[in-house]
Parts: sequence; C-alpha cells; structure tokens
Amino acid sequence: MIRQHPQVRIGVYVCHCGTNIAGVIDVMELTAFAAKLPNVVVAKEYKYMCSDPGQDLLKKDIVEHRLERIVVAACSPNLHEKTFRKAAEDAGLNPFLVQMANIREHVAWVTADKDLALAKAKAQVAAAVRRVVGHEALERKYVNINPRVLVVGGGIAGIQAALTLADSGKEVILVEREATIGGHMAMFDKTFPTLDCAACILTPKMTAVKDHPRIRLLSLSEVAEVSGSVGNYHVKVRRKARYIIEERCVGCMKCIEECVFRSPKFPNAFDQGLGLRKPVYMPFPQAVPPVPVIDPETCLWLKTGKCKQTCVAACGERNAVDLQQQDWYEEFDVGAIIVATGFRAFDPTPMRFYGYGVFPQVYSALEVERLLNAAGPTQGKVALRDGSTPKRVGIVHCIGSRDHNYHPYCSRVCCMYSLKLAHLIKEKTGAEVTNFYIDIRTPGKAFEEFYERVQKEGVRFIRGKVGDVRPGPPDENGQPQGLVVQVDDTLRGRVTKVPVDMLVLAVALEPAEGADAVRRMFNMSCSTEGFFLEKHPKLAPVNTVNDGVFLAGACQGPKDIPDTVAQADAAAAQALAIIDCGRIPLEPNTAWVEEELCSGCKTCIPLCPYSAISRDPQKGVAVIDQSLCKGCGTCVAACPSGAAQQHLFTDVQIYDEIEGILSYV
Amino acid sequence: MSESTRLASSQTSSAEAFQPRIVAFFCNWCTYTASDLAGVSRMQYEPNARVIRLMCSGRLDPQFVLAALRQGADGVLVGGCHPGDCHYQEGNYKCLRRYELLRRLLVQMGIHPQRVRLEWISASEGDRVREAINQMTEQLRQLGPLRLAPVPAPHGEAITPSARHAGQPALAGAK
Repeated sequence: MIRQHPQVRIGVYVCHCGTNIAGVIDVMELTAFAAKLPNVVVAKEYKYMCSDPGQDLLKKDIVEHRLERIVVAACSPNLHEKTFRKAAEDAGLNPFLVQMANIREHVAWVTADKDLALAKAKAQVAAAVRRVVGHEALERKYVNINPRVLVVGGGIAGIQAALTLADSGKEVILVEREATIGGHMAMFDKTFPTLDCAACILTPKMTAVKDHPRIRLLSLSEVAEVSGSVGNYHVKVRRKARYIIEERCVGCMKCIEECVFRSPKFPNAFDQGLGLRKPVYMPFPQAVPPVPVIDPETCLWLKTGKCKQTCVAACGERNAVDLQQQDWYEEFDVGAIIVATGFRAFDPTPMRFYGYGVFPQVYSALEVERLLNAAGPTQGKVALRDGSTPKRVGIVHCIGSRDHNYHPYCSRVCCMYSLKLAHLIKEKTGAEVTNFYIDIRTPGKAFEEFYERVQKEGVRFIRGKVGDVRPGPPDENGQPQGLVVQVDDTLRGRVTKVPVDMLVLAVALEPAEGADAVRRMFNMSCSTEGFFLEKHPKLAPVNTVNDGVFLAGACQGPKDIPDTVAQADAAAAQALAIIDCGRIPLEPNTAWVEEELCSGCKTCIPLCPYSAISRDPQKGVAVIDQSLCKGCGTCVAACPSGAAQQHLFTDVQIYDEIEGILSYV
Repeated sequence: MSESTRLASSQTSSAEAFQPRIVAFFCNWCTYTASDLAGVSRMQYEPNARVIRLMCSGRLDPQFVLAALRQGADGVLVGGCHPGDCHYQEGNYKCLRRYELLRRLLVQMGIHPQRVRLEWISASEGDRVREAINQMTEQLRQLGPLRLAPVPAPHGEAITPSARHAGQPALAGAK
C-alpha cells in the first residue's frame, strides 16, 4: 500500500540519550526496523547524538554515504532540531532536509510498556522517514533588526534591563504603568540578607534612568497594541493623563501645598493605604519622574467641575497643571521587547481565620514594609493603627503559598523577608517576635547565616500552621487586649496559644494584575499559576516562545532582588545578542502560491491574520508576501485547489507523514 | 454497517486486547509543547497517539483527518491553543469551524463522531495531553476498530486484522 516514491538516500540516526530513550525503547530493534524502510541506506544508533562525536558521525555519513536526507530519532525538535540542522549544513547538506522523530518526550518518557513504546517509536520514525523524502532544499531567510528595545515595567527588573541596554548604546523605551518607577522594591525599607537600605541602592538607579540620554521613560503608560515580529515590532503606548505636563514641571510641589484640600485625606496606594495623600500628590518623595500626579477619582475639578483650581494658580507661569489633559497614544518601532511586569502581593482577605481586614492588628507584610520605611506613613516607626507600639509580634509564614486552596507553589522570598521583618521589628521596638512557619527555606548566599543571626537575636520560631486568630482576653475596661494566635506546634506535638499585639501575614507573590492581558499582547505562554513561561526552564530561562520577547523578574515566577537583577541583565544580554547581529535567521516555513494551480477564488485572502495575501490583478492569482507571512498555514488548509503550500509543511509532506505513521505498525 | 450498530457488537468482544491507533495533529506552540512538557514531567499515558506536528491547528486540512482514518487510524486527535491564545492570532478558530463541519460529514459517512476530537491544550497543560489521550484511547476501545484499511504487518511477519482483533467480525468490503 506504500506509494511509489522517488529514490533518495536517507540516513536514520537513533539516539540512546544515555538511558533516557534506550532504557525504555529497544534502540537496536528500532534501528534494525529503520534500516529496512524504503530509501534508508544507513541506520545507526549512538549514545548521545547531540554530542560532538554524535554529530561527527552524522557529518561523516553524509559525505561517505552521499546522504540526501537525515532523520534523527531523539528528543523534541524544540530542543535539538537546530543542532542537527547545523550539523547537516556543516557537512554540506541543506539544513531543511533534516527531520526529527520525537521518541524521548513523546514516547520513552511517557510510556511504561516497553513493547508498546517500541511500536510507537517505530511509527514515529517511519513517519519521519516517509515525510523527509518530500523535503526540499530551502534558503535561509534573514530579517534586519531594529536596534531599539522596549522594556515593559519599571520595577528593579525593568530598570536594570533598561540601564544595561542603554549603557551599551541602545535606545530604550521604558513603559511603566504607575506614576513612578521603582516598583515593589521602592516600598521596602531594607533588603535581605545584607540589610542594605532599599532606597539607597535603588534611587540612584531610578535617577540614572531619568537622566540617561538613551532611555525614554513613559510613566503612567501602558502598552496598548503590539504588532510585527522579532526585529520589527510596532508598539502603540497609551499615555494616561497625569494632568501635569511632565516637561514643564520642575517638581516644586507648590500645586500640592496649594491644593484646596488643606490636609491629606485619601489613602495613598504606595503606602498600602496606611498613609494619606491629597488629590494631587507624589507617590513618595524620591519618585521618578519627580512630577506630581492628579488623581481624577478624588480631584474636585475633575470629578465635579467645581473647584477654585488653586493648583493651577500655584503653578503660575510654568503652566504645568493641565486639567484638560486627555489620554493620548504614542507609537514606536522596536526590535526586541523585555517584559518585566513584576508580581502582585497576595490579598489575604479571603482567608477569614487570619482576621485580615477584621482585626486592625493584622497586617500584610507589604504594609509592615511601609511602616518600617523611614519615608513611609509613620516615618519608620512601628506603630499599630491605634498609635501604640507592639510588644509582642507574630509573623505567619506561607500565607497563600504552599496552600492548595490558593497557590500550591512556594513564593521563595517569604521566609527571608519574614526573617528580615522579624529582625527589623525587634531592632526598632524590642518586641518579642514569634515566627509561625511550616518549613524555613533559606537556600541563598548568606541566607542561612541570616537565619542563624535572627535566632541568636532571640526571635522565636514555632513550627506549625496557624489555625485560628481571636481577640485577646479583656482588660479592666472590658476591651480585648491584642490577639491570641492558636497554632498546632508540631515540634512539641500540642496546640499552643500565643498572645500577640500585632500579627504580620507573610503573603505570597502572585502574577501581577492584568498579567493575562499582557501575556496575550506579547504572544507568550504562561504556567498553570499564571506566571509567564520561559522557553526552556534551564537552557532558555529568559526567552519566550515569541522570539524577540524576553522575560525579567517576578513576572516569570517569584524571585528575590539579586535573582531579578541577574535575570534582567540576562534578558538585556539576549536582546543585545539579536540586535548586535543586525539580522537573524527566520524559519523558512512560509506559505506560497503555485500560480498555475491558483484559480483566483480569493478564499485565502481574508483568512490571513497578517494581511500577507493579496491578489495580483494582472494574473488573477493570489500572491503571498514572504516578508509578512508568519507560516501558520491556515491559507494552505483552506485552498480548494491545493495551490497554496507551506514550506516544510506541504500537503505532500503531511500526507506522506500520515501514510508513514500508519503503514508499518 | 454504521458505527452505532457496530458499537454494540464490539462491546461483547475482548476490548482489552485492542490497541486503537490514534493520529494526533498537534500545533507547535501549545499542544506539541504541552506534550513535550508531559514527557519532561514523566507523565505516563496510553501509547496509542502518534503525533504529527503542525505549526498551527489552522493548518489542519480536514482531508488530513479523512486520510488518516482511511489509512487505518481508529481515531484522530487535534490539539490547538486555547481560544484567544493562538500563536497566529486566530488559526484555532479556523480549525474549530472546519472541525464542526467535518464532524457532520463524518456522521453522514457512518463514522462515530467520537473518533475525531479537538482539544485546546496550552503549553503548560501537560496533564491535559495525558487526559485527552487516555480518554480517547478508552473511548476508541469502547467503539472498537474502524478498519477502513487493513492493519499493517511489521516487516517479515504477517498479522492480519482478524488476528489482531481476534473474535471480531471482519469488516466486509471496507469503505
């Protein structure tokens, strides 16, 4: 039943992958099977085909056996297709005459029964051998790279990536959603384990961004649209109205002083709502850009149209306050994009038994960061909402992390930041601090030492999950005193009650608000928990499936500041790698139209999401613009006459593959 | 004989011995990657699906499905990105439209619609690859072989369809 096919000389190479493949699949039997397939002139197995000797074997055979096609039965083509294509090319064979059969991820690793695994592997190899006959030599195409880079998110990840790129001479567009850059790091007081002051190490970088001649900072802005592909993206950025013209403002803050609200009245989001601000405000004193922002939700003029506009008068001749300002759009062409959109701190309100939002003594960790911060709402004084200083403080670990009702993953930073908070609270108040933990995880440079230091400072540790938080016993006035934490102490094997004045919840890190929209906009994937997915967890940790889009920081998964900075520099380096080549090779899997077969029915034209297909009015046939085609093949599937075809996925190749996959086993 | 009448007869035979052959067309960006992830995560599942990689589920010509069934597949599984997540913006919607039409056609041809299945599986959903393949294999075991083509014999040893599916009536004059 096998169709007659042209005579070509095929070499088949079966990889053992150590024992990964050979431990399940009888590679000798598979090789013997492959050797008998039509057109196969040589079939060999080797321990590691991707290794140098493995590749040399392939190269030598191409020359010696005058091979015209290569099939490598090994891992996923997503991992090593490039490797074997390059090996073929080195030996003088067109790289697109190579086909891989995935017998590791799709067979050996997922199949318990060895006989059935062998049968499936045979089918996959036969399919590849059958299909590769119809492969054609293709020309590699290149695309020129626009050297400008878009960085999305102005936290420490985005700042670091932007500075590295700009310092190496590239133009950077840095887009930040909030009124200031700095992200979460700007909210912290100290950073673990060295207890560097966050502001001291961050604000110089923020200023460097502002002053850098090659960085264009767009605060209060969001990417609205992205089109194009690696090397040539076109992005549209929505600039939200700040109501203060950045270029004219000198940051004198007169508008804030003269606002009709004589005193701050509205909760400041930057202070986690613990501090107050006016409708016109600076999120924090070191904000970059150092320009106030007017909140349209609370500004009297913007809300009601009735106000004396004292801010406008205060600004005077500078004329920076513009209450008529509207959102506007700016467009940019960039070659690469770094996504650094960070994380969101878990909201513990749904976990009712911790009493967050019920008892005023219960705080989330980010709120305590603000209380500890010298520029925060209490000027760095650890004070409860009633103004008193706590004498007994509890810190509950793993809030929303390692909890199958919320997030099953470990948020990685909470143990260390809890230890840091314990140290800082003890240092500032002398309070008795108790940690309620499940496991303490301190696997970082100088982390374990910090844990020991905090233990030596007298911070208490109770291993167990907190089951309940209740008001403390009443004082002489009948008012409850503090809270009582009930914990199942698993080391002592009994339930213990610990009275505290303040309870800190070490909340999880979760994907940032709007992460899903960002993911779609940049055509990325995400993991089950919603963090952006890297191309390969080990070998391509900052790349995404969308070439030219890179990841930095906690948007990819919870991580601390050192890891974030390292990843940001890695992302910058990856962006530089494609930019400095000037051009990059493209997959040649584009579609084309066989003019003689095309009837000019125009079925394909509206199907193309990239408007790559047009009709040649003279010839009356469809024409596919090779520079616009991305190679999905949707038009090919729809063509009623088979005139549209896709390189590497022609109808003939796929029918052959179907035939091969079913014909032998 | 239509599939529904054959279903009844196949249930009485030794369904455990039957290894259905599924051709799986997976899109490169989501389902193929998810399938790689299932492998990396060492999830064990039924070895009955043989994977053909397409760049996009939009590349799936419905004739590929018919060709696979005609050439001896007992079922066809198609995997694409979730709606709204297509790497090529909307190829999966095109696939969905063709799939709905194809199913109606299959029914008219007397082929049970459960033999062709479309699944949206994103790159992170390795467990859904396992589930889809396991479920489909089980369903096809219930349905029994389609037998539009003789089952091939490995080199040198002749295995006839009747030997492979022992105890089942041979399909006279396969379509």
